[in-house]
Amino acid sequence: MERPAIEARGLSKTFGSGLDAVHALDDVSLTIRQNEFFTLLGPSGCGKTTLLRLIGGFEQPSGGDIFLEGQQLTGLPPFKRPINTVFQSYALFPHLTVGQNVAFGLEMLGRPKKEREARVEQMLALVKLQGYANRRPTQLSGGQQQRVALARALASQPKVLLLDEPLSALDLKLRKEMQIELKRLQTETGITFVFVTHDQEEALTMSDRLAVMESGQILQIGAPTEIYEHPQRRFVADFIGETNFLEGRIEVAGDTAVAHLACGGKLSLNGQAGAPSSNGEAVTLAVRPERAVIAPAGAEGLSARIGAVVYMGTDTTYHLTLTDGTAFIVRSQNNEGARLDLASGAEVKVQIAPAAVQRLAD
Amino acid sequence: MTAATRRRILQIAPAMAIIGFFMVAPLGLMAYVSLLQKGVNGGVVWDVHTTEAYVNFIFERDFDDSLIVNTDYLQIFARSFGLSLLTAVLALAIGFPTALYMAMQPEGRRNLLIFLVTIPFWTNLLVRNYAWILLLRNGGLVEGLLRWLGLSDQPLGLMYTPYAVSIGLTYSYLPFMVLPIYASLEKLDSRLIEAAFDLGADRRRALTRVILPLAVPGIAAGCILVFVPALGAYVTPELLGGGKSMMIGNLIQGQFAAARNWPFGAALAFALLAIVLLAMMIYLMRFRRAPAAP
Ligand SMILES: Nc1ncnc2c1ncn2[C@@H]1O[C@H](COP(=O)(O)OP(=O)(O)OP(=O)(O)O)[C@@H](O)[C@H]1O
Ligand SMILES: [Mg+2]
Repeated sequence: MERPAIEARGLSKTFGSGLDAVHALDDVSLTIRQNEFFTLLGPSGCGKTTLLRLIGGFEQPSGGDIFLEGQQLTGLPPFKRPINTVFQSYALFPHLTVGQNVAFGLEMLGRPKKEREARVEQMLALVKLQGYANRRPTQLSGGQQQRVALARALASQPKVLLLDEPLSALDLKLRKEMQIELKRLQTETGITFVFVTHDQEEALTMSDRLAVMESGQILQIGAPTEIYEHPQRRFVADFIGETNFLEGRIEVAGDTAVAHLACGGKLSLNGQAGAPSSNGEAVTLAVRPERAVIAPAGAEGLSARIGAVVYMGTDTTYHLTLTDGTAFIVRSQNNEGARLDLASGAEVKVQIAPAAVQRLAD
Repeated sequence: MTAATRRRILQIAPAMAIIGFFMVAPLGLMAYVSLLQKGVNGGVVWDVHTTEAYVNFIFERDFDDSLIVNTDYLQIFARSFGLSLLTAVLALAIGFPTALYMAMQPEGRRNLLIFLVTIPFWTNLLVRNYAWILLLRNGGLVEGLLRWLGLSDQPLGLMYTPYAVSIGLTYSYLPFMVLPIYASLEKLDSRLIEAAFDLGADRRRALTRVILPLAVPGIAAGCILVFVPALGAYVTPELLGGGKSMMIGNLIQGQFAAARNWPFGAALAFALLAIVLLAMMIYLMRFRRAPAAP
């Protein structure tokens, strides 16, 4: 089997000591595959940068180990790791030209001048900055500086590229462009990218796999569809996309499990959501707004009253209230054909297919 | 004159008055004095104008009034120049690592270190130079230390040499080297150093390829701030150098006091000023533009 590009085992990092101690990372384990676009996603302060800095060697872990292609990295200084970083602030050397910046890593590796020059050309072409070699970083726009930072980090062909919120300083349009650009660079170079962001949309669109982090821990690792459709924790379901939460108790009858909800209704569970459980066990269920359907009051389903109807072009969002007062959101596409004529205050039913129900671990 | 221009003139008037009173007037007076004939018992003859003082700087008048080149004063200038340069180099060699160390300390510790660096200014320069006599003289503390360590049993023989002067000057002006370098290192983005490490530079190359080039403005400012006052130093060469290591400052003082040749003293002072201005101009032309542009 192929060795993972990066493997972390039981990583922890504590800043300070005593009462002031901050546990930035707490027993984090993860495996990043070769040639993968891997994203660390989480809210501010959850430890994304810290994890990246541990991989880069800028901080030493308080506990645990990091391996690069099976080789222990702990204790190795940054300049001995074949891992490069794209810093959020770009950190381009202001006293060097663009070309000298890009060549810096190769020069440190002792590559001959000929090779360096050829490689600088090649890298600048890759990031579409041909002819900028003699400029100074200060003479470039934010997006161009970003590209130089990428070219510089990629030039010495690292095994892994770390990117700490590289797009957060760019405006929306440029950010979208660079998202596509980054993805292209990753595919073309075949280098493993570890990408940090707190933008869930960015994470979903760009990653092969992502890890959702919260307060120093990894809550779930998986492909974007996996994370979106099968969140295992309340935090993950809530942080990524919109989610309805339903509380209830499980009743097992034979091989089928039914959840008796706090709002009075029942939901039959199947597959993962019904997985081994005992009678009376409390559960939290997550349902994506687009996976629920509104039906007329006479139909099967959970009783609800419409609060607000928000028309949004391609789809319409219905803000409902269940009988116990729980808020519930349903989003339906505005297809052609029959539409229910629904107005605020109307009594309706919400229908949820068993496959749309995700059971959460907390 | 409109009211606005009148108000503007009134607003800058105090500043102009201060500059005029403390700078232009004394300098003008000195310039005038340097162009007069010396009085017999000191002072000047106010109504005899001559460039004799400037001629005396390089030439000597023979009995028959012909000019012979006299390099005595040029030698003193050259020595001052050399000693000041040596002082700047020594101060840089000691000051840069010190500033680097200070800049790498945590915030709170840095302020304490800056405080420590400036402490010598709290005592009189004269007293500090006398302290160096105690250290450097034959049978002094340094000699005792060397003897105790078994490194030497000879008399030190350092007092009243140019080396003693250079040591004293380096000590006196070291803070002027440390502080500007510290200032430029402190505002250096630590992520640039991390980026250098990240791209495979070890400590030495991070220092030579990133830290040093970015500290160049501070280094240049420090060198000027040490070199210029060292050039005009008076107390240190007087106390530590003896007669053999006379510098420009002592020469000028001698002309005003013992030799009673005010015009010549003033001319020497202007020669010194010219050198200093030249140094400043080179500095400005080289480093005033974007920081660390080559
Ligand atoms: N050098 C440090 N000293 C003390 N505490 C630190 C240090 N670096 C990070 N922390 C703390 O560790 C925690 C995680 O920080 P980290 O920078 O990894 O968060 P992040 O997920 O990158 O956040 P953001 O999205 O805001 O960049 C935070 O509580 C932070 O205050
Ligand atoms: Mg961060």
